[in-house]
Amino acid sequence: MKLTLKIWRQENANAKGKMVTYPIDGVEGDMSFLEMLDVLNEELINKGEEPVEFDHDCREGICGACSLQINGEPHGPDKLVTTCQLHMRSFKDGDTIVIEPFRAKAFPVVKDLIVDRGAFDRIQQAGGYVSVNTSGNTIDANSIPVNKHDADDSFAAATCIGCGACVAACKNASAMLFTSAKVSQYALLPQGQVEATERVQNMVRQMDLEGFGNCSNTGACEIECPKGISLENIARMNREYMSATSKG
Amino acid sequence: MSVFESKIPEGPLKDKWTKHKNDINLVNPANKRNIDVIVIGTGLAGGSAAATLAELGYNVKTFCYQDSPRRAHSIAAQGGINASKNYQGDGDSDYRLFYDTVKGGDYRSREANVYRLAEVSGNIIDQCVAQGVPFAREYGGLLDNRSFGGVLVSRTFYAKGQTGQQLLLGAYSAMNRQINRGKIQSFNRHEMMDLVLVDGKARGIIARNMVTGEIERHSAHAVVLASGGYGNVFFLSTNAMGSNVMAAWRAHRRGAYFANPCYTQIHPTCIPVSGEHQSKLTLMSESLRNDGRIWVPKKKEDAIAIREGKKKPTELSEEERDYYLERRYPAFGNLVPRDVASRAAKERCDAGFGVNKTGEAVFLDFASAIKRYGKEAAFSSGNKNASEAEIIKLGKEVVEAKYGNLFQMYQKIVDQNPYETPMMIYPAVHYTMGGLWVDYNLQTTIPGCYAAGEANFSDHGANRLGASALMQGLADGYFVLPYTIGDYLSKDIRTGKIPTDSPEFDAAEKDVKDKISKLMNASGKHSVDYYHKKLGKIMWNKCGMARNAQGLQEALDEIKELREDFWANVKVPGAAEGKNAELEKAGRVADFLELGELFAKDALHRNESCGGHFREEYQTEEGEALRDDENFKYVAAWEYKGNPRDAQLHKEELDFKNIELKTRSYK
Repeated sequence: MKLTLKIWRQENANAKGKMVTYPIDGVEGDMSFLEMLDVLNEELINKGEEPVEFDHDCREGICGACSLQINGEPHGPDKLVTTCQLHMRSFKDGDTIVIEPFRAKAFPVVKDLIVDRGAFDRIQQAGGYVSVNTSGNTIDANSIPVNKHDADDSFAAATCIGCGACVAACKNASAMLFTSAKVSQYALLPQGQVEATERVQNMVRQMDLEGFGNCSNTGACEIECPKGISLENIARMNREYMSATSKG
Repeated sequence: MSVFESKIPEGPLKDKWTKHKNDINLVNPANKRNIDVIVIGTGLAGGSAAATLAELGYNVKTFCYQDSPRRAHSIAAQGGINASKNYQGDGDSDYRLFYDTVKGGDYRSREANVYRLAEVSGNIIDQCVAQGVPFAREYGGLLDNRSFGGVLVSRTFYAKGQTGQQLLLGAYSAMNRQINRGKIQSFNRHEMMDLVLVDGKARGIIARNMVTGEIERHSAHAVVLASGGYGNVFFLSTNAMGSNVMAAWRAHRRGAYFANPCYTQIHPTCIPVSGEHQSKLTLMSESLRNDGRIWVPKKKEDAIAIREGKKKPTELSEEERDYYLERRYPAFGNLVPRDVASRAAKERCDAGFGVNKTGEAVFLDFASAIKRYGKEAAFSSGNKNASEAEIIKLGKEVVEAKYGNLFQMYQKIVDQNPYETPMMIYPAVHYTMGGLWVDYNLQTTIPGCYAAGEANFSDHGANRLGASALMQGLADGYFVLPYTIGDYLSKDIRTGKIPTDSPEFDAAEKDVKDKISKLMNASGKHSVDYYHKKLGKIMWNKCGMARNAQGLQEALDEIKELREDFWANVKVPGAAEGKNAELEKAGRVADFLELGELFAKDALHRNESCGGHFREEYQTEEGEALRDDENFKYVAAWEYKGNPRDAQLHKEELDFKNIELKTRSYK
């Protein structure tokens, strides 16, 4: 396959960025999208140019490091995959592919296609945990039975990989899907109940402080989420938040 | 100044850990506030250690090269975590878990460490459930279990195919709690470049801020290395792209002995290589071997027809298939340990029975599991005379519920539907049992430098059993290291803050800067990946699933030559100031080029076959590994002497008092 790549290049957080066009040849369908960029980078290095920087690590769709807005969609055209698992067989010979970083005020560009998603860490630090000591003196794991459906729903929410696609997909750059997934994981388990009131308030407060937008129920986040995190989580977080604030 | 003494406590096996905890010194809470600990790596071992140390009151700094601690590669572990809870009532116990692990490791691990691991395993599950880790449950609300290779009980706890993710997010949440309290400072996108020793003790690190390129000094009273394994020395592995040996290797160069580097796990069920562009390999969880049956065609002409696309695997009748694991190992069948399953796959493919275009793949087939589950589901839902189609439909649903994410991943990568046609799999480098040598307290031979998780060598011997890595990472981090490190730190309560303006820090920083400038100023002929791929090929062909003396000798020389070429001719574009992915890779590959040579040396000196280390010269008539307990029942701990090939061997004899040494048999 021969392709034309239009890629966002930006030296660092303070530099002005621009789109640069690169032709690429010899792309195979079995390559992942990132392997295609590896090929481009090898060419650039051999020509003495600086390679394109992008975040990636596990390359099996679970670490959440890779991002990329591909032809306007986070993680590209396929559903339920991250960029590292998007394969070039999803494109055809002669295609032009536009590659940009995830865009959001709360995700400043670090370099080229890399953005700073530290805001997500800070939302978790504000309350995304159960305050139990890790020294091991707790109760037996089977002493509190958990309804299987609740456990499964909690797990489904907990599979969020924190990649930020939901924010990049949202016209308001809202982080509601991300935040609500964590709130839901705990809200659905007995272990999360004790701190439920404080947790949701603290996490929502931090989310707002970071400069994420509000949710206007467009649902783009759910569609673009590589892990299929459901909008129901946002509804659940809103319920949790209402109930927490009415308690005071 | 190095200390090479295992420090295994006296007394009966089952009392050692309790007694040791009672005997070691503690640090009082007020003094803990004056003590700093650095933790390198934020995977299961590092994340859990950091959280617990901070909770105990120490000031903790964590470092990870990823943009968030949550992305450490523990996140990719799929299948599960072992614990001897005996919830299934199938006869499990601490002793059995201990026994299985020592036997699985082919009698090359330390009894006392493994027993402690088994002893704390149950507590890990309690802890994780309390943290809100959503493990799989049964309809009655209690925790579910599955089986893994090399074991005859069901002791594996899991969360679909994402157990590592859920456990890591649990450890990350515990870290977050401490970050929020100000007890952990988390340095992301930072890489440890060197270990700083003051008066022979580990007192800090030199780190590179990967965003600004700044070289930073960080001091502490102790340094914990939880930086993972070195599987990427093979270039292609299931490790993350960034996984590297730098922290461990830097410590090795500063005096920490490196133990058993040749013990590498080649995992049997990975997606086969598709082409030259391949950047990494993807694992298909071992849990799939619970239900998948592994086979190749019985007749070579069928294998050839399948390779050429003239026949489909589903067209072959039962009689035309060779379920070779079930044939060779009737007792354990498809659930033999990883090293055994990998070698058996290689044997069939080398003999010409491989089933993909490269001839390096075998089938993992779910058709009979789908039928079995379908029948059960139909029956229990009241449909006692279900049709074949109904049964298959129901069976697929059950399989999807168990392994859905893995099947989806396979389909995305290979573009085939594993519900309809068998998966193709082949072994790939997955885990390294070798690592920094540590004593019972997890301290390396450098006082104050500790190693936890995959970075140390301690618990898995020559082969790791499935679902044991998560167990070891969390055991080390939550329950072992936070206790044992106190014994060392109790002597530091009057030391005060460690200054970073000492000559030792000056010298270490200068070393790091010199190395970077050497990399930036090489002749610029070939990219970093060019060298990494070459190294990977040498490792895979000569230090891989089967090794022999001649190949290893060649590897030693070829790696040395490649390393010299690398330092003279590598090309690192851009500048050292600021984000530079090629510079990051270059630093890591430079260390792999040294480690690789030590790896070959270790494999060459070990004239026996054990676990993941299979020397072709040492095998039985049936092709099974031939161990030599008389001459090699020891841990090989290597001391750095300037050149990897000049490393000096120190032997820690392994003493088996509670287990009888036997030929490992899974027949």
